[in-house]
Amino acid sequence: MLEVEELSHAYRRPGPNVLEDVTLIVGDGELVSIVGRSGCGKSTLLRAIAGLIRPTSGQIRLDGTPVDGTPDNLAMVFQDYSRTLLPWLSVRDNVALPLRGNGMCRRARRAAAVEALEAVLLADAARQYPWQLSGGMQQRVSIARALAYQPTLLLMDEPFGSVDAQTREDLEDLLLSVRANRGMTILLVTHDIDESVYVGDRVVVLGHSPGRVIGDLAVDLPRQRDQITTRELPEFIHLRGRVGRLIRATTR
Amino acid sequence: MNTPGDRAVIPVGGRRAGSVLAGSALRWSVLLVVVGLWQFVTTTVVAADYEPYFPPPGIVARTLYETWFSGPVSRGFLTPTAIDHLLPSLGRLLGGWALAAVMGIPAGVALGRSKYAIEYVQPVIHFARSIPATTLIPVFIVLFGFSTSMRVSVIIFGVLWPILLNTMDGARKVEPSYLDIARVFGVSRPVRLLLIIVPAAAPRIFAGLRISLSLSIILMVTSELVGATDGIGFFLSNAKKSFQLPEMWSAIVLLGALGYLLNTALLVFERRILGWYHNTEESR
Repeated sequence: MLEVEELSHAYRRPGPNVLEDVTLIVGDGELVSIVGRSGCGKSTLLRAIAGLIRPTSGQIRLDGTPVDGTPDNLAMVFQDYSRTLLPWLSVRDNVALPLRGNGMCRRARRAAAVEALEAVLLADAARQYPWQLSGGMQQRVSIARALAYQPTLLLMDEPFGSVDAQTREDLEDLLLSVRANRGMTILLVTHDIDESVYVGDRVVVLGHSPGRVIGDLAVDLPRQRDQITTRELPEFIHLRGRVGRLIRATTR
Repeated sequence: MNTPGDRAVIPVGGRRAGSVLAGSALRWSVLLVVVGLWQFVTTTVVAADYEPYFPPPGIVARTLYETWFSGPVSRGFLTPTAIDHLLPSLGRLLGGWALAAVMGIPAGVALGRSKYAIEYVQPVIHFARSIPATTLIPVFIVLFGFSTSMRVSVIIFGVLWPILLNTMDGARKVEPSYLDIARVFGVSRPVRLLLIIVPAAAPRIFAGLRISLSLSIILMVTSELVGATDGIGFFLSNAKKSFQLPEMWSAIVLLGALGYLLNTALLVFERRILGWYHNTEESR
């Protein structure tokens, strides 16, 4: 269980708070979408949970223990895959990178990497280099790298923000299937309202400057989602409308 | 799951080889024209009253072959002169350059990743690199006498700085998101150093190595002009003193060819190691 308690963060002090009193509890196995305008502090929240920045105040606890530095069982998928996959390592070695230094031999690491690549349907690309792949494929490699690490908490920072619409839908479904198979807790940041409702069990809406929680909506849609039929459900349309209104109200 | 966005983009290398070959043929043709003109001028225009200081390229080429490369096959066509002068020069050149790399790259990575040390050391480095290494030849003579150590030291002192400074810069400017990845996935410090920082700095390290290689040749020759008993520099000044002008010119051409070959070899090596870099730069 992830608990974020009254988290505030300012990049400069004195300066405006990017996040203010954000309190959030995410249960095990939940997939929570965090949605808000760009610049509302969504990424800052993820980076604080990942231990990449130290928040100005507030506390983050993972399974009861306060987070200080990067927790062991946490993995992250970044938006900019081209800057987070290492171009000098093959796809397989990129995926195996997090497994170095935990006592696995080279062969076991590679086997685990290939298994993770199979989960994202990319086993064929193991020996290629990231820059030889399309954007959607690179982001799948990124996801495979996170899966290989076998995290209990997966953070995704606008993971599908820089791929085309069709690839994006494929990746959303891939995420849902991976999640159904592996059952980890996922926190997904997005600025896309439809995406937040489509993949989430819950949608947390962040307001804008400072970022604070202005809405926390349960998604009452059948677990099995479908890109076309789910989006036609009245509940889906109703929810995306509610989220959209909350976000629109944040600045005007 | 196969979408239109799913196709793999461009395999490595390929297509470029042809255009590279055509390009180099064009570059060489310019050199050929210049040499041809020189030959024409020295054999027909000024041939009447023979000009000994600028022998025709044909004579220089023949001297180059006879002096350096007409040896037996068993010795790789090297003549005794080549064995006595070319090989020691090459040894000092590559030795000094390699030692500078062995010192400069680790030191550069360490300084580049340090928070404070770099602030203190940088002024010293910029001062030291501003001193022309050739002016330190007397100092190194005092320290090492007229020895190989003296000459190698001159080379090291001259070529260390470009390697050190480029490596420092490369190690300092590692893409921050690569380091985020290392932190999130708990990558250990040695793995982070070897698999993230050094490869990320590699393009700059190679830039430093390339600058240093051409500097090494200059310093190698210069250091051999004083108190030497062998080396291309020694041969060159000796030939000049004894008015063996085609021999002198053959040494000059040899140095040019040596520099060109070494630089090309380094570029080929770099292309192999930094394939990812050249490929990603082109797609940006």
